[in-house]
Amino acid sequence: MFEGTVPLAHYLTLSAVLFVIGIAGVLVRRNVIVVFMSIEIMLNAVNISLIAFDHYLNLSNGQIFSFMVMCVAAAEVSVGLAIIIALHRNKPTVNLDEFNLLKW
Amino acid sequence: MEPILAPKSIDLIALAPVLVLSVFAMGVLVLDLWAGKNKTLIMFVSLVGLLMTAISAFAKNPIPAFAFTDSYIVDHLSIFFTCIFTLSSAMAILLSSDYNEREEIKVGEYYALILLCTVGMIVLASSTDMIMIFLGIEIVSICLYVLAGFKRDDPVSNEAALKYFLLGAFATGFLLYGMTLVYGSTGSTNLFKIAEFVKTQGAQSNPLLLMGIVLLIIGLGFKVAAVPFHMWAPDVYQGSPTPVTAFMSVGPKAAAFAAFFRVFAETIPEMAPAWEMLLCSVAVLSMFVGNLGAIMQTNIKRMLAFSSISHAGYLLIAVIAKSSLAGSGLLFYMLTYTFTTFGAFGIIILLGRKGQENLEIENYSGLAYKHPILAISMTVFLLSLGGLPPFAGFVAKFYLFSAAMEEGFVALVIIAVLNSAISFYYYLKVVVFMYMKEPAGEFQISLAPMTLFVIIIGIIGTIDLGIFPDSIIALTNIP
Repeated sequence: MFEGTVPLAHYLTLSAVLFVIGIAGVLVRRNVIVVFMSIEIMLNAVNISLIAFDHYLNLSNGQIFSFMVMCVAAAEVSVGLAIIIALHRNKPTVNLDEFNLLKW
Repeated sequence: MEPILAPKSIDLIALAPVLVLSVFAMGVLVLDLWAGKNKTLIMFVSLVGLLMTAISAFAKNPIPAFAFTDSYIVDHLSIFFTCIFTLSSAMAILLSSDYNEREEIKVGEYYALILLCTVGMIVLASSTDMIMIFLGIEIVSICLYVLAGFKRDDPVSNEAALKYFLLGAFATGFLLYGMTLVYGSTGSTNLFKIAEFVKTQGAQSNPLLLMGIVLLIIGLGFKVAAVPFHMWAPDVYQGSPTPVTAFMSVGPKAAAFAAFFRVFAETIPEMAPAWEMLLCSVAVLSMFVGNLGAIMQTNIKRMLAFSSISHAGYLLIAVIAKSSLAGSGLLFYMLTYTFTTFGAFGIIILLGRKGQENLEIENYSGLAYKHPILAISMTVFLLSLGGLPPFAGFVAKFYLFSAAMEEGFVALVIIAVLNSAISFYYYLKVVVFMYMKEPAGEFQISLAPMTLFVIIIGIIGTIDLGIFPDSIIALTNIP
């Protein structure tokens, strides 16, 4: 099997950096859609480390896991967008700060 | 790379409850096409489905049995939890039938979603593989995101759904990253293999594994609404339709605790020095923030949300204590919590009417003069939540705390008891309003039969488990 010259640590670092970018996006941005995209970045960061672990440790569970993550992410997207559309019908905005009927 | 093998035998009997309930959920979806505006038939079919599920939970013999290459387990814990889930979902459906009619939620998918959510809970409580735990959590969460926003025309319900969704998906990211790191450092997603690895390899100081465990605590802590991951709970509880609030404060929480117990108490007890302090602080914070936060609330749904945060704190003690006695305590506590919570929410639903839900605590002023029986029932539920003998809440707390005492967590138990005392302040506040204030206006209560039925079940459960707990406690004992 092909053994890459890029060490595992690099993949893990990439994944960690992407994950942190995702967290920062969720915490900093106020646009619902962008926050939503940042969450997807977090999930994909996880996928990178799952696949990297699999490749370097000769395992196989992680690949199945990453497929599950993708499936669930797709289901989550459909529900999430539906919620955003329902919300948009009642209040035409995507700014998180304007959703303040309930105290945060 | 090791090849991916198909499981040698696919044990469908072990999976019976999940299969039965999935079939019923999809059947309800199809049936809804013909049912028209009247959802009584749909409700009835859903209830039958839940009953069949509870029966089929006992189909596998002998226990513990494993299925799908050890990723699914049928054991005492999972069977008992399955019964709690079916009971809570049945009560949620009964509460919904009158409420949905009143609020004009005439959509049959509502019942299908509750059933599918229950499927997720059963998967979650029976899984011994991180992939299954993840799937279970997501099935539950995605159904709940939709249910929280089920009043589509109500901006408050929409907002609750959005907040729940964004924060829930955010927490899922942490949970997943934690699982990945645990997987990477132990080489398996299977809890038994992880347990073996931790036992034999002594991985206590592996930084990757420790990091993974911390992230797991964040992810699961969010699902049970433990402080500091509780920010969503008050908003979502307040904004969701009331039967959904009742539903999500019992079943999904119990399921998440089942996963918590399996991962922390059963899989990695050897690593307790690493996670014990962390979970202890989460538990103590949950109790204090939950109880002190509840004191300041004027909305009764928000108050019960904070109260459920504090209950998450008490329940975490079971995870920290790790013993099988603590596991039994967890089961018994969840059962009593089901009865009392659904009873209390039943009364909250009865007090509201279309367009005016009467959710402020002030709206309860003088209830005892007009509807003494309702006021007495509410008092029973609130006192049981607080943990006053002779009600079920007292026995549950006593059982749980004594299990923790046996394991030597004296300080934690003292804090928990102190917090139970604090909690009486806000539970009794409602009682004071009901009995000692003059009625502010007329109560327009239509005594909906299904809701009354749930309240009666709640009362019977709360008092019966409080006075004669022996037989149920015997059932909860994990052999």
